[in-house]
Amino acid sequence: MASRGLGRYIVIRALLIVPMILILYTVVFIFLRVLPGNPVMAVVGAKNIPPEQLKALEHMAGLDKPYWVQYFDYLVKLLHGDFGVTLAFPMGKPVWEYIALRFPATLELTIWGFFFSVLFGILTGVTGAIKKGSKVDTSMRFYSIFVYTLFIPWFGMMLQYLFGVVLHALPTSGRIDPGLHLHTITGLYILDSIITGNWSAFVSSIRHIILPSLTLGIVLSGAYTRLVRNNMVDVLSQDFIRSYHARGVTGWKITWYALKNAFIPVITLMGLQFAILLGGAVLTETTFSWPGMGTFLMERIDYRDYSSIQGTVIFIAIFIGVISLIVDIVYALLDPRVKY
Amino acid sequence: MELVVEVKDLSIYYFTLSGVVKAVERVSFNIQRGEWLTFVGESGSGKSTVAYGIINLVPSPGKIVGGQALFEGKDLVKLPKEKLKELRGKEISMVFQDPMTSLDPLRKVGDQIVEVMIEHGIDEKEAWKKAKELLKSVNIPEDRLYYYPHQLSGGQRQRIIISTAMAFRPKLLIADEPTTALDVIVQDSIMDLLNEMKQEGTSIFFITHDISLAVERSDRMGIMYAGKLVEIGKVDQLIENPLHPYTSALFASMPDLWVDKEISAIPGFPPDLRTPPPGCRFHPRCSVFRERKDLKGICDKEEPKMVEVEKEHFVACHLYG
Repeated sequence: MASRGLGRYIVIRALLIVPMILILYTVVFIFLRVLPGNPVMAVVGAKNIPPEQLKALEHMAGLDKPYWVQYFDYLVKLLHGDFGVTLAFPMGKPVWEYIALRFPATLELTIWGFFFSVLFGILTGVTGAIKKGSKVDTSMRFYSIFVYTLFIPWFGMMLQYLFGVVLHALPTSGRIDPGLHLHTITGLYILDSIITGNWSAFVSSIRHIILPSLTLGIVLSGAYTRLVRNNMVDVLSQDFIRSYHARGVTGWKITWYALKNAFIPVITLMGLQFAILLGGAVLTETTFSWPGMGTFLMERIDYRDYSSIQGTVIFIAIFIGVISLIVDIVYALLDPRVKY
Repeated sequence: MELVVEVKDLSIYYFTLSGVVKAVERVSFNIQRGEWLTFVGESGSGKSTVAYGIINLVPSPGKIVGGQALFEGKDLVKLPKEKLKELRGKEISMVFQDPMTSLDPLRKVGDQIVEVMIEHGIDEKEAWKKAKELLKSVNIPEDRLYYYPHQLSGGQRQRIIISTAMAFRPKLLIADEPTTALDVIVQDSIMDLLNEMKQEGTSIFFITHDISLAVERSDRMGIMYAGKLVEIGKVDQLIENPLHPYTSALFASMPDLWVDKEISAIPGFPPDLRTPPPGCRFHPRCSVFRERKDLKGICDKEEPKMVEVEKEHFVACHLYG
């Protein structure tokens, strides 16, 4: 692989994120202004407040300015790496502080959800492909369609009911037992508890993350099952696999080589799934009261907190952009034929 | 004379969703030590399937439904998988049609060559040394071991594949149209390589639809039509005295550079092997059958048996015996 070509490719791809963010910001901005209500109204609610006081509050939040001024004000802030301040409850706190606080929770959930989805997807997909045409294959295909159609909150509640209410085996909400104290460094609780050697926090945070990440992982694994199975079936019928057999190579090794070949399109899906994963994380977070970006976003939408919503959405978009860039790089590293 | 391969009544069917394809029906032949046997036939005649059948590698949904494939007395059809794995790549090697697709695109060529040797009990250091020698013997610079398949030309890849097949001086090499995907000059160098292997005592089972290629190098030749072996004998015998009407028609359809003649095509198409015609499978296209009324009720009813017309020259046709 020509590393200079790859370097140039990375720069171009990174620059392409800019117009993407700009379009997204514009769309979100318009939607928020079209939506009835504004941050001040949401805070004040049904309380009777003199109109001049309302005006003053709106002035403080900058809502009395024309829309295009609001649009460019925030855009200029963004270009300076500033996500603005909250417009409601509490007012005037930097949005960045909330993102820094909430994002690690989402990231941790996403990583584990991603891990489980890929793991289950590969296991079921490979099993189906090896037993192609059998009842096992049919049940794997059923699995993939079934989990794909599951609605995350419903499936999450079923797991909560089974493992929490019936079996009393696992906690159903939060990230850690409220009584435990954990000194946070990265904000990823499992990692932090390992770094600080906090054994009880480690166990507790793992127990807390199992159900939400399984919910997310299982629902999203269906797409992988299908793709892995179909690619694997395709690869297994290719000449080089038959050549391996003809050369007396051990069976499980051939399966591994086939999986490596079948995996290349799966990596593309991983990149695409990451966006869906974050979307799914919002639903999962609200179901499991997981204090991440998703619950934060939902809460801020209730407050019509324009700058928080804009900031959060843009941050997530940048994150997805970076992830898909990483996926492309991994792609190049894994497949010697890919050149940039 | 010593037999390396003895195939007896081998039948291979493909169990597809649209019906059972009788791809190979009761085919019998043998291969002697150090002999080059070529099977010729058109696409879909079952010649490749026979080759896969010998090393029990018929692709799904194909199944060997009857017969034996003896390799030095061991029936490969019934041999347990583990034993079969030991033979493959060591005593029996196979070269496939398309060198572009018969190497793993994600692994370096060297790793793939060395792997075969390690699988059969050679330690890694020794294997790399041997891989370099093998590459040298097929005229490829040894640094190509560290290349990926896509960085090599088709001819280079096929030579590398053959060098892998040569690693253990196998007793049998099955070559399924190894030159079809290559240009003529490269073709010749590949054929030379196979010939070298033959000189060293390896029996070659060669599959092709290129008759001129078959005639040039092989000792004996078998003609397949619609899943049946219709004629087999020494190359000279087949050329000078083709017995089966299909064989004659096949030779007549070959262009000749030196003789100005009309190229005659065989009318009709090969039959659908889900429902092969009764009797001789060639009778619907056979010119002799069409001309001679007395063959009615024989060729289209009874299956012809293999008979030895002259020494080592067998044919399955009602015109003989």
